[in-house]
Amino acid sequence: MKARSAPYLFIAPTMILLLAFGVLPILIALFVSFTDMNLAGLGNWSVIEFIGLDNYTKLFADPDFWQALTNTGIFAIIGVPCVVIISLVIALLLNRSGNWFFKALRTFYFVPAITAIVAISLVWGYLYNTQFGLFNYILSLVGLPPVQWLSDPVMVKVSLVLVAVWRGTGLNVIIFLAALQGVPKEYLEAASLDGASEFRKAVSVVIPLLRFAIFFVTITTIIAWLQFFDEPFVLTKGGPLGESTSVSLFLYQTGFSASQFGYASAGSVILFAIIAAITLIQLRTRRSDDDY
Amino acid sequence: MTITDLRETLAPSLDVPLSRAPRSARRSTARATTVIIGIILGIGALITAFPFIWMITSSVKPRSESVAYPPAVLPESPTFEYFVQLFQELDFGRYLVNTIAIVAISMIGLILMAMAGYGFAKFSFRGREPLFFLVLITMMIPVQVTMIPTYLILNGAKLTNTLIGIALPTLVSGFSVFLFRQFMVTIPTELIEAARIDGASELRIFWRIILPMSRPILAVQVVLTFIAGWNSFLWPLILANDERLYTLSVGVSLLNQQIATNPSLQMAAATLMVVPILIVFVIFQRFVVQGFALSGLK
Repeated sequence: MKARSAPYLFIAPTMILLLAFGVLPILIALFVSFTDMNLAGLGNWSVIEFIGLDNYTKLFADPDFWQALTNTGIFAIIGVPCVVIISLVIALLLNRSGNWFFKALRTFYFVPAITAIVAISLVWGYLYNTQFGLFNYILSLVGLPPVQWLSDPVMVKVSLVLVAVWRGTGLNVIIFLAALQGVPKEYLEAASLDGASEFRKAVSVVIPLLRFAIFFVTITTIIAWLQFFDEPFVLTKGGPLGESTSVSLFLYQTGFSASQFGYASAGSVILFAIIAAITLIQLRTRRSDDDY
Repeated sequence: MTITDLRETLAPSLDVPLSRAPRSARRSTARATTVIIGIILGIGALITAFPFIWMITSSVKPRSESVAYPPAVLPESPTFEYFVQLFQELDFGRYLVNTIAIVAISMIGLILMAMAGYGFAKFSFRGREPLFFLVLITMMIPVQVTMIPTYLILNGAKLTNTLIGIALPTLVSGFSVFLFRQFMVTIPTELIEAARIDGASELRIFWRIILPMSRPILAVQVVLTFIAGWNSFLWPLILANDERLYTLSVGVSLLNQQIATNPSLQMAAATLMVVPILIVFVIFQRFVVQGFALSGLK
């Protein structure tokens, strides 16, 4: 390996894979979104027709798509603040002590984040079960009526958000804990010398220093919730009557179950545009308050 | 600002009493607070872990107990018959082998990403900035957007229904390349120069010097890659039409379709998927937190 070509050879395999499965698909999605490609077109490209913006006009007139968009918005509005606040609080509390007990507790909080969603869904489906599930039994112990966790149009959203928050918190706790290691001890000592309480130190010293981590976690959490897929896919298949269908699930269903590749691609392009727009807005606001 | 600087700046105010309570009393209040926080966190941890406790205890309950009402947390007469059933009647042995194969393939991807991270960290070459920017951009693209085109690409390459095809779309990720680069930037360049002068080839330098020095970040990535490979669900689901290529996650999701029929069997399958991850994670979790800290995420 020659020194001059060495860097290219080192990055080539990864770059080729990233281009093939990261960048190229976006371009293909854009192209396919202007066609009527379906399962027949997959085998025989000559039957694919260019139909311009038809998919997009159809999509905006599709009540199912709007329902999926609305659901995704609701999921994100409830889910994002829950995940960010809960994981920040847990990380701050876990960071209080470095003894074996606190270290062992970390694992408990991380585990939901690293286990397979299909396994998790089975377990939660069982807990939510209306005939022999544990949750309704617990409710009955305190005299409450049983809840239709996954078949009531309102409760199904709450139930899915609960699973996703439970699952989404752990990774962010890790990120916050890592960031907390970077908080200079001197600042905290100085605050103690000034007589600041623990709570005051957390609010006035630690949280401002964690600004980048909070920003990072918020952005990635919003993106994750806009891509919300696994929980409704495995637990409800989007039901009842589309009440828990997210945009991603809608795309999967139109794309793979109904094989309307062109139509689903148009939806993908819109989802991508929404995510890109939100990310840009956040980066912009971040830049404007960068001076601390 | 160091602690001494700080003390000096604060010095004038040091002669005023610092706090109302005497020092020992303050220390014991702090102690008590830690204990209370520990208890709160302990309860929270139990609630968080509860679905897993429920899963494991239910996996050894006979079916009659698992659908009994009121439900009991602990099994009365534990049995392992559902684990046996998974392997004997449901082909989970094959799914397990496939899953391990996917994990093994993804470890190759790990080496590729380490190479790329090294390339971006320690060489200056034409096009480095735009190419690295491209790597970062790919982190933002949701999988559901690329799902259909990726399927079309793999279908065009005749890679559907192959383990390679299942592993390829997630083989490399922008985020991992980013983490490797962040770490490898800190390796002293003199070391690489010295090895070059001694006549070591570029690949040898990478393999013998860079990889061993990158052990902390490598450990994190091995854990994350193992977890991702083990849990991979979407691509096996989309690409494997042939049951012989199903992974554990696809096998487990098939059991979901028979919901309410046999929770014990489902919980046994879920346990089979979760317990290996738990073991890997408990052993390596300190590397994961360290690794995130090393990546400069502050």
